[in-house]
Amino acid sequence: MATINLTVNKKKYEVDADPQMPLLWVIRDFIGLTGTKYGCGIAQCGACTVHVGDAAVRSCTIPVESVRDQQITTIEGISKDGEHPVQRAWEEIDVPQCGYCQSGQIMAAVALLKSNSKPTDEDINESMTNICRCGTYNRIKKAIKLASENG
Amino acid sequence: MDKLSLADKTQRPKAINASEIQSSGYTINRRNFFKLLGGGVAIALTHSYVYAWQELGQSMGSALPDEESIAAWIHILEDGSISVFTGKVEVGQNIRTSLAQLVAEELAVPLPRITMTMGDTLLCPYDQGTYGSRTTPYMGPKLRKAAASLKEALVEMAATQWKIPKESVQAKDGQLIHSGSGQALDYGEITKGKKILLPVNDQAALTPPQQWTIAGTSVPKTNGRDFVSGKHQYVSDMELPDMVYGKILRAPSYGASLVSAAIEKAQVSANVTVVQEEGFIGVTAPDPQTAANALAKIDAQWHAAPQPAKAEIFTYLKENSRQNNNEDPAQAEARKAFEASTIRLEQRVEVQYIAHVPLEPRAAVATWGDGQLTVWTGTQRPFGVQEELAEAFSVPKSSIRVFMPDTGSAYGGKHSGEAALEAARLAKAVGKPVKVVWTREEEFKWAYFRPAGLIEMAAAVDDDGLISSWEFHNYNSGGAGIDLPYEASVKHIQFHPSRTPLKQGSYRALASTANIFAIESMMDDLARQLKQNPLDFRLANLKDERLKGVLKAAAGKFGWEKEKVADHGYGIACGFVKNSYIATCVEVAYNRSSEQLSVLRIVAAFDCGAIVNPLHLENQVMGCVLQGLGGALFEEVDFKDGRILNPSLSSYRVPRFADIPPLDIVLLDRKDIPSAGAGETPIVGIAPAIRNAIADATGVKLSSLPLIPQGLKLTN
Ligand code: FES
Ligand code: FES
Repeated sequence: MATINLTVNKKKYEVDADPQMPLLWVIRDFIGLTGTKYGCGIAQCGACTVHVGDAAVRSCTIPVESVRDQQITTIEGISKDGEHPVQRAWEEIDVPQCGYCQSGQIMAAVALLKSNSKPTDEDINESMTNICRCGTYNRIKKAIKLASENG
Repeated sequence: MDKLSLADKTQRPKAINASEIQSSGYTINRRNFFKLLGGGVAIALTHSYVYAWQELGQSMGSALPDEESIAAWIHILEDGSISVFTGKVEVGQNIRTSLAQLVAEELAVPLPRITMTMGDTLLCPYDQGTYGSRTTPYMGPKLRKAAASLKEALVEMAATQWKIPKESVQAKDGQLIHSGSGQALDYGEITKGKKILLPVNDQAALTPPQQWTIAGTSVPKTNGRDFVSGKHQYVSDMELPDMVYGKILRAPSYGASLVSAAIEKAQVSANVTVVQEEGFIGVTAPDPQTAANALAKIDAQWHAAPQPAKAEIFTYLKENSRQNNNEDPAQAEARKAFEASTIRLEQRVEVQYIAHVPLEPRAAVATWGDGQLTVWTGTQRPFGVQEELAEAFSVPKSSIRVFMPDTGSAYGGKHSGEAALEAARLAKAVGKPVKVVWTREEEFKWAYFRPAGLIEMAAAVDDDGLISSWEFHNYNSGGAGIDLPYEASVKHIQFHPSRTPLKQGSYRALASTANIFAIESMMDDLARQLKQNPLDFRLANLKDERLKGVLKAAAGKFGWEKEKVADHGYGIACGFVKNSYIATCVEVAYNRSSEQLSVLRIVAAFDCGAIVNPLHLENQVMGCVLQGLGGALFEEVDFKDGRILNPSLSSYRVPRFADIPPLDIVLLDRKDIPSAGAGETPIVGIAPAIRNAIADATGVKLSSLPLIPQGLKLTN
């Protein structure tokens, strides 16, 4: 056990946890932000995607101690009630089916658009590696493009 | 600054209000209806009304409800809001939206006025489950009828109140309008102070699909915002005061039995509890990681039992299958016709076990209080899980409430209640609410699979290019979709159940995928042997107009007759399941130097009768096709000695962004035909269409699913 200082969605937390505990579990079980999901635990599916700084990372394989004092953002932190332009595009295209993967997809897309404001299909294929088992991939592409147009 | 440790967990705002979880022990019936739900006017649909009785009986066994018990109801409350109660559940197929559209249409109310209460065994009437594409064709039309009856009743009430003939009252936008004076009454006002429960009036007129204004349109997903903001609470997100997390000790392989277990070391700290009850060992802890660490410390000895491996599975399935001793006369006749033919083919098709991989693994939260058990779990059969729990704990069903919030998908893979039973068992032992969320590995190893199957067939055509003999045997994978949609002079078709070494169960479209893959592969190879265009050969052997319709629609959109580039191939396939029809065309390209095969584009044409929500239908078709793409190309479960060898998303491959080719979907809106379900049928066309396109491009006739788990090598 160790005391670890974290900043999640601009709020500071002091967490008393095993330093090796994956960030995902700290976010969900200690801080209680459950928008970030578990899908595999081995950095394969992307359901657990959050931002550390501006980069999308898979929180299920990041030990919490490695992100001390860094800016962590979860789906709850990009807007208050889903009004981030990427979330709005998602809603407009009506992307989700079961929705379970979508927090991770949105977080990956937000990071992509920050680094590349006009991604092509190839850029999307390359950087969006999150799994959607319901098969919403084509609508995700559409929504990313819509968000990119809306700037 | 917020200081958090696990001890603080209970101070956090809770997802679930404790008052919500008091199970009242009531099941709702006509007598206690208004007492429990408040006044107003309601209409109840009985089971015998919703389902064809014989069909219901087959799948339900002992759970058969009283024929006249309620299957669903619609309730107009005194404030004018409308509640629809059905035991159906939402797993991403968007029936929460489509059923509400149908009710809004027939009741003439704006859609936002409707709240769908689903999958709660306390509040919703019994339902056998959400599977088999039954919601749209069975529940849909009956809810429409109920809504239409309710609207007529309201019109009559208004006419009586205004002392005018009912023809002078119009129902519109949730209001009753006096056509003479223009006076208007809200539905809520007319139901005020009333407690009326009506039966369905079968004579009530339905709005024909041609006149739909709410149904038939692409309204967005109900509560769509909650799914993009991360606010929707899945079962795995739920938390109760004082809740602990459970983990269960699993056998190292199928069939292994526990010899001994030293559990003492698992007691890593005071807040860990180890639970051991005949053959079941589990631990609880304040967080999942501590629970997992504790579980790992248990030293268990197992006795393994021999199990067949993937390498020998098809021999095993055939040897263990039910064979008939006396040959069926139809079989002898089919053989004779086959032998007499010059244009004939025999084929053997192997289909591997595949996994559903719902992105939200099995999860449950369970709590006991005053002998009442409340469980939240992601299941397609909340009432089935309620029965499983009643049996396991010897408590009456009326003391158990199972609730299914909209869940992170299922695809036929969540019919069972494993996590619910585990959470309830631990909760009972530790006297606290317990949450159990399966890991991905547990989901791969201990859920169930789509059955593997072996198919053997022989077919012949006569000189006119018509099928003269058809013999078809499926071992283990199932009888769904086994019937030949084409005309044939003689046919013998048989499903042979077998003993499966892996746990198998339902899956989108069940065995239709395997059977239609085999049928459509055979059709293509026969066409090739006849040197006929595979599309023309199919059309010549078909009578079914709807199947012909989707074939032509897909081929038209695809440009079937267009010239193709060298080393490119076109493939086509079609099929129907439960009154909906799919045809799929695929173009593949084979790069000979790199030995890379790529699927370049897909066109799917689908007809499921009158379309309730075009956008959501397209989404379902797309979801099916893309899920089917995985099973077609690379998904397969590997196993040996009772162990699953690829129980992770790095070793079991599912389709990702880069795997998805351009996909065009053509929806045929048949307003003259009742709506059928759409979550299954579109999956069946993709595998044979790809297989046939590969044969067209390369001459290689593949005969197993998945087709190219290791890529396609033409050499060796
Ligand atoms: S849960 Fe982290 S990538 Fe799957
Ligand atoms: S919407 Fe269900 S997994 Fe993506």
